[in-house]
Amino acid sequence: MTLAPVLVLAALLFSLGVYGLLARRNAVLVLLAIELMLNAVNINLVAFEAMLQDSLATGQVFAIFVITVAAAEVGIGLAIVLLIFRNRATANVDEFSLMKW
Amino acid sequence: MTNFLLAAAEEEVHSAVEAAYTSGFWAEYAWIMLVIPWIAVLGIIFFGKRMKYLGAEIAIGMLAFNTIWASILFILNITKGVVYEGAVTIAEIGSNLIFELGWVVDGLSIMMYFVVSFVGLVIFIYAVGYMKGDVRVTWFFASFTIFAGSMLVLVGAPNLVQLIIGWEGVGVASYLLIGHYWEQKENSSAGMKAFFTNKVADIGLIIGAIMVGVTLGTFKFSELSNAAAEHADSLALVAGMIGALLFFGAMGKSAQFPFHIWLPDAMAGPTPVSALMHAATMVTAGVYLMARTFPLYQNLAEDIRPWMVAIATITLFAMGLLALVADDIKKVLAYSTVSQLGYMMVAVAAGGYTAGVFHLFTHAFFKALLFLGAGSVIHAVHSNNMSDMGGLRKDMPRTYWTFVIGSAALAGIIPFSGFWSKDEILVTLGHEGYTAVMWIAIAGAFITAFYMTRAIMLTFHGSYKGHGHPHESEPVMTVPLIILAGFAAVVGFLNIPGVEFGGRGNFTQWLGMREVVMGDHHPTAPDWGMAAIGLGAALLGVLAGLALFARDKATQQERDKFEIPALYPLLRRKYYMDDAALGLVWLIKAPFARAIDWINDYIIDGVVNTMGFLTAGLAQLVYGGLDQRGIDLGFNAFAYASGGSGERLRRLQTGRVQQYASVFVGAAVMFVIGFVIFG
Repeated sequence: MTLAPVLVLAALLFSLGVYGLLARRNAVLVLLAIELMLNAVNINLVAFEAMLQDSLATGQVFAIFVITVAAAEVGIGLAIVLLIFRNRATANVDEFSLMKW
Repeated sequence: MTNFLLAAAEEEVHSAVEAAYTSGFWAEYAWIMLVIPWIAVLGIIFFGKRMKYLGAEIAIGMLAFNTIWASILFILNITKGVVYEGAVTIAEIGSNLIFELGWVVDGLSIMMYFVVSFVGLVIFIYAVGYMKGDVRVTWFFASFTIFAGSMLVLVGAPNLVQLIIGWEGVGVASYLLIGHYWEQKENSSAGMKAFFTNKVADIGLIIGAIMVGVTLGTFKFSELSNAAAEHADSLALVAGMIGALLFFGAMGKSAQFPFHIWLPDAMAGPTPVSALMHAATMVTAGVYLMARTFPLYQNLAEDIRPWMVAIATITLFAMGLLALVADDIKKVLAYSTVSQLGYMMVAVAAGGYTAGVFHLFTHAFFKALLFLGAGSVIHAVHSNNMSDMGGLRKDMPRTYWTFVIGSAALAGIIPFSGFWSKDEILVTLGHEGYTAVMWIAIAGAFITAFYMTRAIMLTFHGSYKGHGHPHESEPVMTVPLIILAGFAAVVGFLNIPGVEFGGRGNFTQWLGMREVVMGDHHPTAPDWGMAAIGLGAALLGVLAGLALFARDKATQQERDKFEIPALYPLLRRKYYMDDAALGLVWLIKAPFARAIDWINDYIIDGVVNTMGFLTAGLAQLVYGGLDQRGIDLGFNAFAYASGGSGERLRRLQTGRVQQYASVFVGAAVMFVIGFVIFG
């Protein structure tokens, strides 16, 4: 098995995520873009683990950790977005520059 | 005679004398007598207020213990002779001066232990009755115990340093007790007068002690006596000065002219204090010091002895006259004490060691008795003045008869104790060649009898002039009077020349110091001629007193102005001695105070003000120049820089999440590029 196609896939997914993160205006889509980036990293972890034949399966363990963190992050992120939406009737990230000077 | 006595001080005789004495348990542990008063003081202070008699029982128990101990030593001394000296080293000054606290047990100190403890015990018991219902009873007994304890430390001292400790302790305690009723200004002033007058004299004692230490390398009395006996060269050079200085100190405590001024004012304290002060503690300390250092005066410091005799003679005669005009009964007794101290001092100074100390011994009993008797009268009539008394013999028979016995002893009427001791002084003065002084002393005996007769007549005879109805005091006060009257009547028999008690002669031999006392005149048989003259003078005094005061004269002026008119104002003003002392103080004080005032106003204030101005100017300079322009500038520059940069930099914080994310991603990309290029 060759590593290169998998890495290319992961790089594409990551780039897609970065684009979504920077370009999207809807907060829910921004969160989704972050998920994309995280999963691109997961693919990399599993791919390298498979290539190195690690007896402890470190890559898969890390991937599971990342999924857990991602779930928590999405949970908090969506809760924040929901509250902002309730208060302002919008989920557009350009419109909540509350934390500025 | 001196040769013989020096021979006696030679080694073999000396050691033979030493060997004839014993020490034993009672002497070796005599330090307990010196220590327990202080334990008692603590006990009284901490537990006294909770006890039935407010702490008096601790003081009395302590003195009873000491009395028993001292009596045992006294009896041992009579039968076998006791000599012991123990000490504990406290500190070493330099290489050879050793400071010790210790205890001396010999004839002289045993006599003093007994007098202080026994007379003190009787007075303490009396004080329980006298002080009942008084203010600060517990404190009174604590101070009283300090008084007695300090005197025990003093008489037990084997060296001059411990003697000074006891000496000052007595001074402090007397100050506390004289000023016991300090709410009234004159009482606290009297306490201060006593303290300061003594302090002036104490300087002499302290310098004298230092000179002894420097010349002999020791403060011990025994070595001082030995050095004196052997005419040690180092001591011979300065003996006169040391003798004069020690006598100067003794003049203060023993109230010799012109330091007597404190003693009559010391009557401000409660009467038991006067009794203890005049009988056993305080005023006898000076005589004791002279007796303790007697060999020094007898062998080396001979030149100053005539001066000592002169001062003591002035004291015994002039102060006796003052007692003639005093109206306060306690002042009569106070002046009589000063006069009697003159007798003791003149005897010791003239070379009559035994005579002087024996008079101290008898005087302790009858003067304590007289003061307690006066206290009993004062307690009954609530006044010190004899013009408020009169006719009390019917109301207060026990006080009256004991007072008469005490007066007879003081006046020198045979067979009471004062007769024997005064007679011995007169004999000694005649024997030592002080004939003129002897006649003055005989005249003094006349005056003594005169003023005591006057006091008895004014107090106990005639008609009562005070207020209310006086009653005899309760037994706790009269029983001590009776005990003391018994002693005052008989102690004189202890030293009749030629009459012996126990195994070791009489008082003269009991008193012998370990070092043979040199030049002390010991008559072997009574000198009946001298006795007759002395007794004649005393009886004449009694007759004169009766003649003038037996009739009950009407007014105070009449009763007082029996005197020769020219002399009377002089006596009433106490020879202007107090005025002279105050004037002297003022003379020194006034210009001195003005000079000090001027120095204060112009020099010290000037210096202080200049320093102040300089400091203020410097501060102004530092504040304006250094602080405001220098240091503040630096800090302000920093503050402006931070503030300005903050103002600009905060604009970076836009609050737009995606801008931050862009920066983040950009930075990550830069890192990756960096890795690719440089990694």
